[in-house]
Amino acid sequence: MAKSHKPVVWFPFAAGGTVIAFCIPVIVLLTFLAALGHVPAGLSYEKLHAFAAGGIGKLVLFGVIALSAWSSAHRLRCTCYDFGLRADTLVATVLYVAAIVGSIAAALFLLRI
Amino acid sequence: MSRKPLVRECPPTTWYFRQPRYLRYMSREITSIFVGAYCVLLVVGLQRLAAGPAAWEGFLLALRSPASIVFQFLCLIAAVYHAATWFNATQKAMPLQIGEDFVPGNVISGAHYAVWILLSLVVMFFAGVF
Amino acid sequence: MTPLKERLVQLEVLRYNPDTDTEAHFQRYEVMCQEEWVVLDALNKIKADIDPTLNYRWSCHMAVCGSCGMMINGEPKLSCHAFLRSYEGVIRVEPLAHFPIERDLVTAPDDFMEKLKRVKPYVIPKEEKPISEGEYKQTPAQLMKFRQYSMCINCMLCYAACPQYGLTPSFIGPAALTLAHRYNLDSRDGGRKERMEVVATKEGVWECTFVGACSEVCPAHVDPASALQQLKIVGSIDWIVEHLIPGGKS
Ligand code: SF4
Ligand code: FES
Repeated sequence: MAKSHKPVVWFPFAAGGTVIAFCIPVIVLLTFLAALGHVPAGLSYEKLHAFAAGGIGKLVLFGVIALSAWSSAHRLRCTCYDFGLRADTLVATVLYVAAIVGSIAAALFLLRI
Repeated sequence: MSRKPLVRECPPTTWYFRQPRYLRYMSREITSIFVGAYCVLLVVGLQRLAAGPAAWEGFLLALRSPASIVFQFLCLIAAVYHAATWFNATQKAMPLQIGEDFVPGNVISGAHYAVWILLSLVVMFFAGVF
Repeated sequence: MTPLKERLVQLEVLRYNPDTDTEAHFQRYEVMCQEEWVVLDALNKIKADIDPTLNYRWSCHMAVCGSCGMMINGEPKLSCHAFLRSYEGVIRVEPLAHFPIERDLVTAPDDFMEKLKRVKPYVIPKEEKPISEGEYKQTPAQLMKFRQYSMCINCMLCYAACPQYGLTPSFIGPAALTLAHRYNLDSRDGGRKERMEVVATKEGVWECTFVGACSEVCPAHVDPASALQQLKIVGSIDWIVEHLIPGGKS
């Protein structure tokens, strides 16, 4: 049996898992506060737009979204298998394509800001 | 003597009920559903942000629906649970040997927790939470 | 000296006779045991006094040989290390999960043995040298690097705990992959490349989803889950070197 190309999907999964762990909880906390009616100053249109308009802001937002999306897509693929859904190739294709499409969309919206 | 071993199949859709640790594993894996869905929310948010101030205000308002509050609460739990399991795993994936001895695993994981909390506080500070 | 406390223990043991049975079935035994006995002692008492047809494997009675693994109340355990005092009520004893049952509590380990061989779990010297040149030396730090992974007693409890092995029996599995890692880490070894040809395949380390059950049940504190996580990182770096760096393949 030949060596597997799994690292192609696993490496970004691992990187994304780290990004999710470090970044997503606090981001969810911010939008959750907004949901509860205490919109943090940083989520006002001016502040957030200014952040996303800068190069670093774009890079951070894109990196967080793309890697988190990929990581959760990959984990969801494994979870489907764990739940007994054996059409792995189909599941993998759908989920990875979804992650890539989401990332491209994020990039396009960021470029418009 | 002839052999006639009895093969027992692992039930493909119900195996995780066999041991509590499997349920713990599955709950870790299921966090990915919430993180994935939250990513969709983030992409939608970016789209609204790009569409101008009125669109963004509408997005913030939409966040306040009860369904969104429940959803984000679940996402928060999922994200924190993912973070905890991830940091606990770092000591296994990246052991650190200094001289003969290995740095104790909880020091490695603890350092990750510390950086995580610090980073979260910094982000909250710059986001104007306090 | 206080008299030893006795206790009537009920065991429900999975039985299978390949000559007459097509299914396995539970059989209930009641046996007088001493409070500080282990499950293996209870089985020995049953075999001696009640039912000589009961089959199971054991040898050392001290958690060294790795032959007495069984599912005890659904948990993979060494029966010589499973103390009766930690169980209440009827104790359910079954052969190790995920392995075919040979007879009663005896399982067929053939699959594990074959996989063990495939990962070449022995030192493949970097350079052969004549005995006259002396031994291959190793510092304590170099030894500590893999020592934990060399403690495996081949009891297969980790295979019985691993759902991915149960669901995908072609998975090489925790103990064999951990031993591959152990030899990869050995300063005297030069066989990493050969082993990775087996380890970095689909049925190798990439079948693992880091459930972590193997490490929780391992009686020798080998922590196979950590070895497999490290192997994934090694495998990924190898892949990058081989595919993305010009000349990295050779
Ligand atoms: S790694 Fe641990 S549980 Fe697995 S066979 Fe070795 S000693 Fe047994
Ligand atoms: S009898 Fe040897 S490990 Fe239990």
